[in-house]
Amino acid sequence: MRHTLILALLLAVFWLLISGHYTLLMLSLGFASILLVISISNKMDSVDQAHQPVYLSLSLCRYHLWLAKKIIVANIMVVKHIWLGNQSITPSLARLIMGPKTDLGKVICATSITLTPGTVVVDVTGNVFTVHALLRENIQDLQTGEMDSLVSRLEC
Amino acid sequence: MDTVISVASLLCLLLGSFLCLSGGVGILRFPDFYTRMHAVGVTDTLASAMILMGLMLQGAEANVVIKLIIILLMTLFINPTASYALAKAAMYSGLKPLLNMQKSKRG
Repeated sequence: MRHTLILALLLAVFWLLISGHYTLLMLSLGFASILLVISISNKMDSVDQAHQPVYLSLSLCRYHLWLAKKIIVANIMVVKHIWLGNQSITPSLARLIMGPKTDLGKVICATSITLTPGTVVVDVTGNVFTVHALLRENIQDLQTGEMDSLVSRLEC
Repeated sequence: MDTVISVASLLCLLLGSFLCLSGGVGILRFPDFYTRMHAVGVTDTLASAMILMGLMLQGAEANVVIKLIIILLMTLFINPTASYALAKAAMYSGLKPLLNMQKSKRG
């Protein structure tokens, strides 16, 4: 029940932000669509903790700031190597063992790695991430495990 | 104040365009599929963020700014998923990444 309420609240806020029309007709249409979405999600059995990790929000904010900094630095690096040309890159492939245990943690970890230019996750099997990197240093950077420990801390 | 905001917007848009251009050059220049994906990563993340931020600063109303923020968040969530699907498909259909650039002397 609590999760249904949270979902309804989130959907209502989202709808109000997006629509921008506050006439009675529009509001009742929004209300109807929220009810429809909730009944469908209930039928799909997808209203629970795992689908709305609201509890993550605060620590997730701090993580996003850290990730944004990482992404900017990585972007500058990749752009530099684009203009330096092919001699300057050392493409490498590596298997890394990552910490996160839950599915959500793995998704956050893999998405963060792929989102940072210069590294792409090619495959995830259990806890083994196959990562392709533009430079050998990128792999070494991941091996220090900073992202790994941050994501693992998010999980609990 | 208005001038400061327009100049900031202009700078964001210019930087975003330069990053887009760099991403495009990277796609043409890099030797194989996997390295080209890294070049696309630039266009996906910082370039689109910069262009959307430049648009947000164009003195638009709050409603539009919120929509631009949502577009930005969606891009940042969806692109890595698509990249992962692409990379995995390529790997499983047997495309070998080009390693050891120094020895192969290409480009």
